[in-house]
Amino acid sequence: MSEETPDTGIPQPEGNADLIDTDYEIGQDNIETQIGPFGLDIHNPVFLISGMAIVAFVFYALALPEQSGELFSWLFSSVTKGFDWFFIGSANIFVLFCLLLIVLPVGSVRLGGSEATPDYGYIGWFAMLFAAGMGIGLMFYGVSEPMSHFASSLGGTASEGGVRTDWAPLGGAAGDNEAATRLAFAATIYHWGLHPWAIYAVVALALALFSYNKGLPLTIRSAFYPILGERIWGWPGHIIDILAVFATLFGLATSLGFGATQANAGLNELFGVPIGATTEVILITLITAVALISVIRGLDGGVKVLSEINMGLAFLLLIFVLIAGPTAAILTGFVDYLGAYLQYLPALSNPVGREDVNFSQGWTSFYWAWWISWSPFVGMFIARVSRGRTVREFIICVLLIPSLVCVLWMSVFGGVAIQQVVQDGYTAAQNAPLELKLFKMLDALPLTQITSLIGIVLVIVFFVTSSDSGSLVIDTITAGGKVDAPVPQRVFWCIFEGAVAIVLLLSVGGLQSLQSMVISTGLPFTVVLLIMCWAIFKGLLAEKS
Amino acid sequence: MFNKIMTPVDLAHLTEQRAALEHAAALAKLYGATVVYVGVSTNIPSAMAHTPAEFKDKLNSFATEQAKLHGVTTEADAEFSHDPRTDLDDCLVEAAVKTNADMIVMQSHMPKALDFFWPSNGSKVAEHAKCSVTLVRS
Repeated sequence: MSEETPDTGIPQPEGNADLIDTDYEIGQDNIETQIGPFGLDIHNPVFLISGMAIVAFVFYALALPEQSGELFSWLFSSVTKGFDWFFIGSANIFVLFCLLLIVLPVGSVRLGGSEATPDYGYIGWFAMLFAAGMGIGLMFYGVSEPMSHFASSLGGTASEGGVRTDWAPLGGAAGDNEAATRLAFAATIYHWGLHPWAIYAVVALALALFSYNKGLPLTIRSAFYPILGERIWGWPGHIIDILAVFATLFGLATSLGFGATQANAGLNELFGVPIGATTEVILITLITAVALISVIRGLDGGVKVLSEINMGLAFLLLIFVLIAGPTAAILTGFVDYLGAYLQYLPALSNPVGREDVNFSQGWTSFYWAWWISWSPFVGMFIARVSRGRTVREFIICVLLIPSLVCVLWMSVFGGVAIQQVVQDGYTAAQNAPLELKLFKMLDALPLTQITSLIGIVLVIVFFVTSSDSGSLVIDTITAGGKVDAPVPQRVFWCIFEGAVAIVLLLSVGGLQSLQSMVISTGLPFTVVLLIMCWAIFKGLLAEKS
Repeated sequence: MFNKIMTPVDLAHLTEQRAALEHAAALAKLYGATVVYVGVSTNIPSAMAHTPAEFKDKLNSFATEQAKLHGVTTEADAEFSHDPRTDLDDCLVEAAVKTNADMIVMQSHMPKALDFFWPSNGSKVAEHAKCSVTLVRS
């Protein structure tokens, strides 16, 4: 049967939009085949090269641990230290660009065409934004980051040979508890507020615009159409997609490995579960198994449901800590810390002439490279769930609201921990290792067993939601932008990610060195993001006209 | 006995569904029923269509062609899902209710070991649909 339908041109998505006229058929480079009982529909070069390159890198890291460790560590250090000005300056551009889109007339362009309606309600949408974006980070850094900056600020500055050796942000606040707290929160909010979400928003908006309004496949290369034109369907596009798969899979696998280590520490603290490779491998297997069920159940039945459960649990924990802790002080602090953020923002985001080199390179530059290396994954996932929103609504909801929630989270968790030190002299959280700070802070509050258990469940489920959404993203990229590729493919990526995490976990320094490598990919992606800003603007102007 | 016969179609793989399409048309002729072709796609550009509107157009054209080919009355119903691979069964069961279908004719495959863990779409639709379901296996 050859029921080909006549080609009468591509109709508009829903209402007016500016479709790109290209001869490329989505999936034309794909191979559709059957391996045993499993059907496959994969993009020929991208799937095979990404898969083989990942295996080759894992072997390299395992076979030559010292050499690879040194290489990746040197790469990481050169990138974050040598290009700190570039990261800091570029992140400022992303924030300004996003804020500009809110006020410019192009902000009224709707993703999916002028008549499109949102695919998801606000609650499901927010839950998925957070779960993929930074949920897990909030669990670990909510207590530890404000405390670190507080301690370093309180310690004041120190220098050797004219170079600052302390880790305090800006000029620190030697011996002044109140000023150190304000500076600590300003720095923390700077790292978790507008800037990271602007990075995600740029990538997500580029992908959503070029897919929903321009009719191109939902894959990273599509955002490059204004620059590369039809060449995105060839090797330049293949390389962009392969890099994105690479950064996403290693980013997820290394985080999964570290996450298992941290969840193990929490379980040890709470239930005395032994710390060791066996427990960690069991945890990764468990997380992967739940993620597997989630990807098989799909975006609505799995990922969205888990994200909403997690959001609900996180909200409960937040409310509990807010009520059990010094409520009035926390709420006053929230407003005060926002003021401190605005006060210190110009100095913190200054890309040149910084004296606080350890802070600006070791914290800010590291964070920016980290968020940027994660942006293909998170951006693509956000794009997938954001159809039907106007650009203005999209930016407000992806940039401003998550930033405010992060500020609230940090104010509550970090605020309570700092109050415990300053007011009560309770230093357990301050002295604990990173993975235990949250649990030590909860120790000083009532119902410790219950809240710590919720904390561990949150950590694990946040990893599941990263793992399942990551598997969907990798599957879509390696299927040439098809979101309806056979389910066994996403199952493969989910298991592959868990397997890579286990192998790296069992090797000496494997996780650390490959995470360094992933973060180093932040540098080329920063250039990519800057180009995306221009592509978005050009694309939006065409929509408007 | 039957007024509306619903047949799920995957426009990208029509050859593999030949038997079900012909069976649905034959039943429609026998009972004087209308065949409703249901296609499930996504709002994201896909191999079949760059936009939802293009998908609807293609499905309508397909239904018109089938009407001419088999001499039966046909309709088309395009459904859109966030994740068509995993939501397919639910979409089809809902489409059967929405289109008032009293019979679903759909293509499936011969039972295999994997079905024990991962049932075919046909099996799941047969399990949950509130009307008769005919599976045409190939």
